[in-house]
Amino acid sequence: MSSVATTPRFKLNAHEALTDPRLQRALVHARNFVPRRAAALERLPEFEALRDSARDIKDHTLAHLDLYLETYERKVLEAGGHVHWARDAAEARQIFLDLANARGAKRVTKGKSMISEEIGLNQAMEAAGIEAVETDLGEYIIQLRNEAPSHIIAPAIHVTRDDVEADFRKFHTDLPTDRDLARPEQLLAEARGVLRDKFLSADIGVTGANFLVAETGTSIIVTNEGNGDLTQILPKVHVVIASLEKIVPTLEDAAQLLRVLARSATGQDMSVYTTLSTGPRRSDDPDGPEEYHVILLDNGRTAMMGTPFEDMLRCIRCGACMNHCPVYQQIGGHAYGWVYPGPMGAVLTPSLIGVAEGGQLPNASTFCGRCESVCPMRIPLPKMMRHWREREFERGLTPAVVRYGLKAWAFLATKPTLYRWLTDVNLRVLALLGRKRGRFSWMPFVSAWTDTRDFPAPQGATFQAQWRARSGATE
Amino acid sequence: MEPALPETKPTPCVGLFVTCLVDTMRPSVGFAAVKLLEDAGCKVIVPAQTCCGQPAYNSGDRADAQRLARQTIKAFANCDYVVAPSGSCGGTLVKHYPELFADDPDMGREALAFAAKTHELTSFLVDVLGVARVEARFPARATYHDSCSGLRELDVHDQPRKLLAGVEGLQLIEMRDSDICCGFGGLFAVKFGELSDAIVGEKADNVDASGADTLIGGDLGCLINMAGKLQRQGRKVKVYHVAEALAGMSDLAAIGEPKEARS
Repeated sequence: MSSVATTPRFKLNAHEALTDPRLQRALVHARNFVPRRAAALERLPEFEALRDSARDIKDHTLAHLDLYLETYERKVLEAGGHVHWARDAAEARQIFLDLANARGAKRVTKGKSMISEEIGLNQAMEAAGIEAVETDLGEYIIQLRNEAPSHIIAPAIHVTRDDVEADFRKFHTDLPTDRDLARPEQLLAEARGVLRDKFLSADIGVTGANFLVAETGTSIIVTNEGNGDLTQILPKVHVVIASLEKIVPTLEDAAQLLRVLARSATGQDMSVYTTLSTGPRRSDDPDGPEEYHVILLDNGRTAMMGTPFEDMLRCIRCGACMNHCPVYQQIGGHAYGWVYPGPMGAVLTPSLIGVAEGGQLPNASTFCGRCESVCPMRIPLPKMMRHWREREFERGLTPAVVRYGLKAWAFLATKPTLYRWLTDVNLRVLALLGRKRGRFSWMPFVSAWTDTRDFPAPQGATFQAQWRARSGATE
Repeated sequence: MEPALPETKPTPCVGLFVTCLVDTMRPSVGFAAVKLLEDAGCKVIVPAQTCCGQPAYNSGDRADAQRLARQTIKAFANCDYVVAPSGSCGGTLVKHYPELFADDPDMGREALAFAAKTHELTSFLVDVLGVARVEARFPARATYHDSCSGLRELDVHDQPRKLLAGVEGLQLIEMRDSDICCGFGGLFAVKFGELSDAIVGEKADNVDASGADTLIGGDLGCLINMAGKLQRQGRKVKVYHVAEALAGMSDLAAIGEPKEARS
C-alpha cells in the first residue's frame, strides 16, 4: 500500500470520502477516542507536567541520537541479538527478505507496524512468495480487504461491523453459513480461530516497536489483543523493524512515555499488554525465539534533523492529533493518500515522500491548533505545516492563482492609502448590490464558498472611511 | 497577569487594529469596539492600516507577511496598547509576528515589544482593564462559538462569557463542541471548499440543536462562515460579533441580513 501515494489527488480523495455514506457511518466511532482521552486526563492531574517531561526526554535523545543508537546496538549484540541498519525502505525490505530466504521462511506472522506499511513489507513478501499474516485484528481485517490502515492505531476504523462480517463470510470459506457473527466478540473469536494455526506454523514473527531502550537493548511493543506476544514468542525468529527515532535512553524514560502514550491514544491508563523483548530466548527462558533481529530504519529521519521538522521526530504515534482533527474526522485516513494520515501525516508525509508529492496535506488544515493542544509530545504541528507551505511557496509549487492572487493583494495591502481608497469604492458597490437580501448566494472567484454557503453583503463604506469622516482626521 | 496601568497615564491610548475583515465587511464591529474601549476609559486611535498579513503567512509567503508585519508594527508605534476585535488577527500579532522575525534581532525585539502590548478585545477589557460588566442590553438566547486562534493562541474563553453574562436580556447557553473549529481557516474555506463546508455543516447542526436564536463569536471570518451556512440552510439563527452584543447593538442587522428587515 505504501508504494503508491495518492496524496497529490487529496481533494478528490476527500470528495470521495465525504460522499461515501458507509465510511461516514464508520467514522462516527473514531470520535469516541476524544471523550476517552479527556476522561483519562481527568484522572491524572499531572498530565501536563508529564507532557513536558515526555518532550524533554525525546529532545534529549534526539540531541544525542548517535550515542544512544550505538549504545542500543551494543546492548542488543550483548543480549545475543543482531542489528541491521537500513538507510531506506528498499534496504530494509532487502535485509528482511535476505533473512527470510536464508531461513527458507514460507509464512511470516506480523504484529501491527506502521513502519512495515511505510516500507511496503507485505507487498515485498508477496512478490517473494512468502505469506504475510497480519495478526492484529484491525490489520487482519484490512489485509483481507486489501486495504491500507486508515488510522495509525486503529487501522480498520473505516470499516463497520457489518463489513467485517461480510468479509469473514467471503474469505473464511469453511465458515458455516448459520454461524452467528452478530457481536464484535464473535468476530474476534472467529479471527482468533483462524490466526491460531498461523501463529503456530509461522517461520518468522515481525513486530514494530513503540520504544527501543538504549540502556538494555530492549524493544517494547504495546498492544491490546496479545497478538504481538504470540507473534514474537512462537516463531523461531523474531524480527523487529523500527525507525531510529524510536530510541529512548533508559527503561525509566520508556515508562515515562508509556504514561502519556495510551492515555493520549485510547484513553486507557495502560495498554492491555506492554511487552519488552531483549535478545533471543535465554537458556533458562521457558519460551522465546531462537534468533532476534532488529532492522533499524532511517528512511528520511536523519535528514529531518537540524531542520524545522526535527520536532516531528518526537512523535510516539498515539494518534491523538488525528482523533481530534476536524479534517480527519470528516474524511478518515485513506484520503490522505499515503501511510500516515491526519496532522502528523501532513507533516511527516512531505518529509518522507517529498513536498511535490505530499504538499497537499499541510495545506489541508484550518490551523485550528487542536492537534498541537492534544499532542502528548507538544509537537507544534500547525507551525510545521506552515513551514511546508513556505517550502512550497519558495519552490514555486503553490498554485499560480494563489501565488499571483497573494502578490496582487500584498502589493495593495502594503500601500495603505491606495488600499483604503480601492476597498472603499469596491465595498460601496458590493454593499449596493447586496442591499436587498443582505447576502449573496453566488460570487465570482469564490464559488467554492458560495456553492454551499451564502456570503454576506458588506455594510457599506469601510470602517476607516467612516472613522475618518467621523473624526475629520487626515491621518 | 498584566501589570496595572501606569499611573502617569490615566487614559491609556489604545490603537484599534480593526482587522481587514471588519474594516471592509462589517464596520459596526469596529465602532462597537471603540465604544467598549471608550466606555472603559481609553482613548482610541485608528492608525492607517490594511491587513495583519496572516493570509500571506499561512500561504507560505513569508516575505510579504514580514512586509505587512513591519508596516503594522510601525503604524502602532505610538500606542500604549493595540487591541483587535479578533483572536485570529490578534494571534498573528501576538504569537506569529515574533516568529516571523526570529532570525532578525532588531525586528525580533520590536515584534516582541509589539506583541506584549497587543490584545484581543474581550481579554483586554477583562484581563487588562479589569472590566467586570458592560452597560448594554441585547435581548437574545445566545450561544458562543470559541474561535480557534483566540482560544488556543490567546486563551480567550472565559472573558467573552463573563462580559456577555452581564448584558441585560441576554441568556447564554452552551452548544455542543463550542470549542471545535467552524471550518473557516481563511483561504482554506475556498481552497478546500467541500471540506470546509462539511465542518461548518456540523457546526450549524450544533448551533441549531442548542436552541439558541443568536450565535455570537469573536472572529468575523468564522462568523461569516457560520452565518453563510446557517442562512443557506434556511435557519433563522442571527449571527453577531461579540463586540456588537456587548455594545448593545441589537437594532443592527445581523450578519448577512438585509438592513431593512430590522428597521
